[in-house]
Amino acid sequence: MSVLSARGLRKSYGALEVVAGVELEIEPGECFGLLGPNGAGKTTTLKLCLGLIEPDAGTIELLGEPVPRRAREARTRVGVVPQFDNLDPDFTATENLLVYARYFGLSGERMRERVPRLLEFAGLGARADARINTLSGGMKRRLTLARGLVNDPQLVVMDEPTTGLDPQARHLIWERLRRLTAEGKTLLLTTHFMEEAERLCHRLAIMDKGRIVVQGTPRALIAEHIEPQVVEVHGQGSEAWMQAARAHCARVERAGDTVFCYAADVAPVLKSLAGQSELAYLHRPANLEDVFLKLTGRDLRD
Amino acid sequence: MKASFFARPELSLRWVAVWRRNWLVWRRLAIPSILGNLADPLIMLFGLGYGLGALLGEMGGTSYFGFLAAGIAASATMYAATFESLFSAFSRMHVQRTWEAIVNAPMTLDDVLAGEWAWAATKALAAGGCILVIVAAFGYATPWRAISALPVIVLLGLAFAALGLAVNALANGYDFFSYYMTIVLTPMLMLSGVFFPIEQLPGPVQAAAKALPLYHGIALVRPLLLGELPGAVWLHLAVIGAYAIVGFYLALILTRRRLLK
Repeated sequence: MSVLSARGLRKSYGALEVVAGVELEIEPGECFGLLGPNGAGKTTTLKLCLGLIEPDAGTIELLGEPVPRRAREARTRVGVVPQFDNLDPDFTATENLLVYARYFGLSGERMRERVPRLLEFAGLGARADARINTLSGGMKRRLTLARGLVNDPQLVVMDEPTTGLDPQARHLIWERLRRLTAEGKTLLLTTHFMEEAERLCHRLAIMDKGRIVVQGTPRALIAEHIEPQVVEVHGQGSEAWMQAARAHCARVERAGDTVFCYAADVAPVLKSLAGQSELAYLHRPANLEDVFLKLTGRDLRD
Repeated sequence: MKASFFARPELSLRWVAVWRRNWLVWRRLAIPSILGNLADPLIMLFGLGYGLGALLGEMGGTSYFGFLAAGIAASATMYAATFESLFSAFSRMHVQRTWEAIVNAPMTLDDVLAGEWAWAATKALAAGGCILVIVAAFGYATPWRAISALPVIVLLGLAFAALGLAVNALANGYDFFSYYMTIVLTPMLMLSGVFFPIEQLPGPVQAAAKALPLYHGIALVRPLLLGELPGAVWLHLAVIGAYAIVGFYLALILTRRRLLK
């Protein structure tokens, strides 16, 4: 049985259809990533799946419970890490976890024993009695993650778990999330960091304009949707060079003053660059970001 | 507005956890908070009670201080419930996003609102109760008479907490609350018989005053403090109770509309 199953999910705000027929199936033990540009409908999809808002159409089953009708029962076994820090500023790290556990009806000896272990997991063992406003952004996010684990959930839902964190803090979160999947927990996360999705997620779906455009494993998506090699070229005269390069590439794209050449065999492209001293270039294998940009376009989403 | 916004409240006993969260925060700041809440009504009570009382002599068959005591106890309850359900609840709902965190747990927005409602009424009871203690300590009511007024204070707290939560659901910032305070509460303070008997008011204004919850609260507390049985007890209780229940339902509808989009 899948952990989460959503069929034909739709949600509109006024004339704008934010979620426009989403299908999701998340299997036990996997880390599933929901990717998409800003405004793609990721957060709304999560809120629908948690039963926090009602869909206009579609059915949701979360841990065997129909949502939103029995969302409360389902959420007893789900942990949520929201996009914005909403830790309680009036409490210490320990108190935050103890108070939050009571919202699950959990308290007493069992929690007092469990909280130090959760803080340890979050790397905050030494900051148990620290006030929230004395913690760094990375610490706060780790504490929010620990808070999402107070009920020992089967599924952990995370909305952009590493947005706004520095690389050190991000790597630490990734390591902890891997530990959770190793323990057998199912993870559902949204992100717009392709590197994060590629490193963490067993499967992912790319969302745009309320729809899921593609889904699959990161490797399969790269293999299916994009040419394997990329040459990025920038510098004076890149435009003129681009016209000549079209002959050697399956696809050429341009963003600002950088030209992206996608091809199965880039030897001719590299050859055409030889001796063009004013052009700088980078040859690399294609990655998820290339897939993402190909499918959702390079236009800014604000 | 969607039909589901009007559904009857879906509550679990875990709303108590919301009350308890607020209690834990308040416990640390209890002393300054109580002093802050009481300073205003006590200045009014002693300033007007002794100052104006010396000029006025008796009012309503008792000393002016004794007359004013009931009005100040009821209005302190009103203001304490209002401040908690407006400014403090707004911080938790909008600024700190505490409510958002809570509903990610197996809690409904209805649970959160019920917890906030009970909490604001608790703070109102603390404020009204403290005034009654002081009134009794200064010999203007016997302890039993002061205690007999407490149920009314509880009900008044629930009524004004419910109204405050409804206003909170409509607020776009703290400034919004000054409209409610100056357009609704200040006139209510003047019209409800806090400082003078409402018989002083012109007939139509008296009729309007009798629609206000504070008037009904004072109509009960004043005779109770003087050791008299209030007239029309059930009518007064029913009006305050209606404000509490209808107000809470309204707060529920408006908050759902705001947050469950």
